Amino acid sequence: MFILEHLWIIMALPLAGSMLTLLAGRHWPKNYVNLSSVGFPVLAFLSYCELVREFFALSANQIPWIQNYFTWMTAGPFRVDFALQVDQLTIVMLGVVTFVGMLIHIYSIGYMAHEDGYYRFFAEMNLFMFFMLTLVMAANLVVMFVGWEGVGLCSYLLISFYFTKKSAADAGKKAFITTRIGDFGFTIGILMAFWLFHAVDYKSMFDTVANMPAEGMHQWGALTSICLLLLAGAVGKSAQLPLYVWLPDAMEGPTPVSALIHAATMVTAGVYMVARMNPLFSRAPAAMLTVAIIGAVTALYAATIGLAQSDIKKVLAYSTISQLGYMFLACGVGAYAAGIFHLMTHAFFKGLLFLCAGSVIHAMGGEQDMFKMGGLRTKIPWTYSTMLVATLAISGAPLFAGFFSKDEILFDTYAGPNANAVLYGLGIFAALLTACYMFRLIFLTFHGKPRFDEHHVHVHESPKVMLAPLVVLAILSIVGGWFVLPTYWGGKDSFQGFLDPVFSASNQLALQMHPNWTEPPHLLELQMTGIAVVVALIGFLLALYLYIIKPAAAKKVADGTRPIYELLWHKYYVDELYGAVIIGPLIWLSRNVLWKVIDVGLIDGTVNGLAFFSRRVGSGVRHIQGGNTRSYATWVVVGAVAVTVFFVWMVR
Amino acid sequence: MQNQSYLLTVLTFFPLLGTFALLLLRGDDHVWIRRLTLITSVIEFILSLLLLRGFDIGNGGYQLEEVHHWIPNLHIHYHMGIDGISLFLVLLTTFLTPLAVLCSWNSIQDHVKEFFAMLLVLEMGMVGVFCALDLFLFFLFWEVMLIPMYFLIGIWGHGRKIYAALKFILYTMFGSILMLVAILWLYRVSGTFDLPAIQGMLSSGLSLPWGTQLLMFLAFMLAFAIKVPLFPLHTWLPDAHTEAPTAGSVILAGVLLKMGTYGMLRFCLPLFPEAAHRAAPIVAVLAIIGIVYGALVAMVQVDLKRLVAYTSVSHLGFVVLGIFVFNPTAMEGAIYQMLNHGVSTGALFLVCGMLYDRRHTYEIKEYGGLAKPMPILCAFFLFACLSSLALPMLNGFIGEFMILIGVFDSQHFAWASWAATGAILSAVYLLWAYQRIALERITVAKNETLPDASARERFILIAASVVILFMGIFSPMFTHRMDATTNALLEQMRTTASYQAQSWQTQVASRTSSTKPTTHEVAMRSVSLERQARP
Repeated sequence: MFILEHLWIIMALPLAGSMLTLLAGRHWPKNYVNLSSVGFPVLAFLSYCELVREFFALSANQIPWIQNYFTWMTAGPFRVDFALQVDQLTIVMLGVVTFVGMLIHIYSIGYMAHEDGYYRFFAEMNLFMFFMLTLVMAANLVVMFVGWEGVGLCSYLLISFYFTKKSAADAGKKAFITTRIGDFGFTIGILMAFWLFHAVDYKSMFDTVANMPAEGMHQWGALTSICLLLLAGAVGKSAQLPLYVWLPDAMEGPTPVSALIHAATMVTAGVYMVARMNPLFSRAPAAMLTVAIIGAVTALYAATIGLAQSDIKKVLAYSTISQLGYMFLACGVGAYAAGIFHLMTHAFFKGLLFLCAGSVIHAMGGEQDMFKMGGLRTKIPWTYSTMLVATLAISGAPLFAGFFSKDEILFDTYAGPNANAVLYGLGIFAALLTACYMFRLIFLTFHGKPRFDEHHVHVHESPKVMLAPLVVLAILSIVGGWFVLPTYWGGKDSFQGFLDPVFSASNQLALQMHPNWTEPPHLLELQMTGIAVVVALIGFLLALYLYIIKPAAAKKVADGTRPIYELLWHKYYVDELYGAVIIGPLIWLSRNVLWKVIDVGLIDGTVNGLAFFSRRVGSGVRHIQGGNTRSYATWVVVGAVAVTVFFVWMVR
Repeated sequence: MQNQSYLLTVLTFFPLLGTFALLLLRGDDHVWIRRLTLITSVIEFILSLLLLRGFDIGNGGYQLEEVHHWIPNLHIHYHMGIDGISLFLVLLTTFLTPLAVLCSWNSIQDHVKEFFAMLLVLEMGMVGVFCALDLFLFFLFWEVMLIPMYFLIGIWGHGRKIYAALKFILYTMFGSILMLVAILWLYRVSGTFDLPAIQGMLSSGLSLPWGTQLLMFLAFMLAFAIKVPLFPLHTWLPDAHTEAPTAGSVILAGVLLKMGTYGMLRFCLPLFPEAAHRAAPIVAVLAIIGIVYGALVAMVQVDLKRLVAYTSVSHLGFVVLGIFVFNPTAMEGAIYQMLNHGVSTGALFLVCGMLYDRRHTYEIKEYGGLAKPMPILCAFFLFACLSSLALPMLNGFIGEFMILIGVFDSQHFAWASWAATGAILSAVYLLWAYQRIALERITVAKNETLPDASARERFILIAASVVILFMGIFSPMFTHRMDATTNALLEQMRTTASYQAQSWQTQVASRTSSTKPTTHEVAMRSVSLERQARP
């Protein structure tokens, strides 16, 4: 019971690593930095393993296991404890964060070896782990918000790691501010939750809503508002429409950062939050539908942009946005477990994809443009094969991890209690595009003839310290989805079964709200799977045709659909639109109207005008002060009399 | 308790002792002038920590009181005392003063003796303002404190310092005079300058006609609103800040602005609850305009110090909003935010000063890429920015969040939402400023060789950062000491409001024609006030 009683240890370990590296790392040789900054995440993972062991010894009524550490805020009726909790959902998330986090830290030893600010990088990565673990283990909304903002800070710091580059500094700022816009909603959501429940901890809130009758739900407009406000926060953090714009720019950060923060962990925080708040969302159908629509539309929207990008990391960034869309879709149709399942498998294969991309960039000496690569297959075989595994996984090739999780989401969208055929259509079309743009990436990067000057670029395979994490993640990208396998011969889905205590109440509620819904036949499930595979295959063949069989065709297609291609290439001009409609006018208004006209002109001008006026009056009155001693004496007498009269009147 | 009964007096006049000691030193003995000032202010800080020991957490009334006859004919007393509101403001003052001394160490080279003497006199005035419980005494300290500030800006400032100093003094004087009138008027109707006595009378025994109450409230309020400064009375602030020496800015932002909000809590609310309640919508809207407007104008500033100055307009808007919803959570948040703003904005001004010492300019475009030559200074700069933009686990978040919770919980949904946009905008202006100063490539060659923070500067920044972090984590240590006072204050407002309402009802009933406010209106209002401040 040691770790269960001292949950804080898990998050304190990376914090200790961060502080140590930050304070002493400047003067340390690299080995020491490695030891402290990779050692602590490894310890965190080990303590997580111990936690799991202890967790399985708990009885069902001890879960969620909540630990109160100290009162963080208290004023009037408002009170927030710094409390942590562990339940099944936490266990899954903690596993993803500590394990993938540990692997990426190890990988970074190799990737960052030649960078300035080595210690700074690791200190910030460790700090990120601390905040991410806080976010995941929080037992109330405010502590979750601590982690939420904290990971945002680390994301800001790490995106602008190469801060002398203007683009990197801009990207970091953009990431922080855009997510802050979402967090505005999150904040108001917390305020409203406190107003409604007079508590912000999950347990009290969920107990309160659990006692609400299902039929009286429409009266609870407040609940829908809370969910929509929280969703705004999730949309910002998880880079969904319309607040996704920061994530592609975030690729300015070092690649391990993209893998850890902008693929595997932080960006999934929004999904985690929606899943965590499932008792609230399940009672707010309108909010649920919004979640599903945002998810499905984003999944397709980002996938289309991914088709036309040339920067290897940008493709992956849009792919991440798209895959996060799937997770939102899952939560939106009430398939929370499927969403979390996809979150986990995505952490494996997308983390892997980014690490592979990093390995490619490393091999190419910093080049990120896929059109300047090609033919790398034989030169960096390990990177190639692991990346291929990840690509198969994300495209939904049978038996790979992504296949199972995406399949489950699409199936629930089509046939679950909250089924929605239109959203399913969007989702399946996005799946086609996913296979297409991912294989486009593979073909452009690894196949064909090299399109770079082989005399100048010395392609080399990455060191073992980078390859080892690739191999581990590749294995997980295959076997990570096998929890579901038993269902194909009528067994139980052990992943869903594990998470059941967290989501079962919401699932039952969904059944109550849709009394006419019946369990779909097993055959339908197999048919749906078949469709998904065929669709992925079409995507693959499309990419194969355009980039391998007839490389000229790709150009022809691009030329033939020039306006569409341009639109995709410029990412639908959304950045430009935001700039022209929001940012530009706001700055113009602030500078030219608020500051120069209202502040300096109107307000200050009025005051100065009054001052000028009173000076004119003063210069008139000045004649009293003529320098004549006798007239002064008169005034002194008058004044004295006045004061005396006043005091007599007062003291009377 | 007996030996502590002179603590407030000692605390108030100890800096004056330091000033006299300074006057004995030779004018060109700069080293000892600085040392003596530093020693005085540090001892003062340590003395002020004794307040925490003597303070009774559960007591909502005034504590550590000292009452002596001063001018018996006019019933003026020397009455000192603190409560949960002023306790930490005194500590804030004594904490910031040594930092202000340290940051002036090398940057003040002319009239060194006079400068540090002024600083200590200023400290006396500030501590006095927070401790005085006699209106006359309060006014005296209020005015005493203006004079050294005027000279600090006017003599040791930069640029248009005379203009700025004059603007500062004229604005404040304008408010003070109205306040003086109101104080004399209160004296006339109550026969005393003693604040607790007047409070007692107003909640039973002394009826103040509605019109009188309103006028008095407005007079006090105007004086304090100028000081805060509340939009649209804020235009003295950017000038005063920009031209003041660093120490002046730190004290000005850190402590002097708080006197406005402190005054509202100390006088406007308990003495004139009905007027405060009626004015609340207007005040709150002005505060919210201040939050958004201050942030937007800060965003587009080209002068770093002016930028930080405008952030004060924004942050103090939060405080005023928190005060004027009459909710215990929001009120404690407001008091907390007063302290936060003092430390965080103080830290930002300290950084500005350190940059100025190196380059003698506040122009943002003169900087850029500073994180390369001076990583430590920039790290602390970022830390101060994060505290100011309310990152959780740092102090700013606690204050803002409590205010928002309180405002929202009082059913003012729209106010809370508008105020919360301040959190987005603060990220915009601070991170943008940070980027233009610390990140990107160095554009001015001189910046490449700037020295990083010296040991003295590091000490200053570490001291501020430790407090920022501490207040962000252990907030109950502060709020526990405010609980009783805020509850007592809200209770006081309730009793005073209902007593005054009763007296108006009888007045109204005795008249043939009813004038505003109607009986019904007053009754409704006092009921809603009752509901507002539910326990």
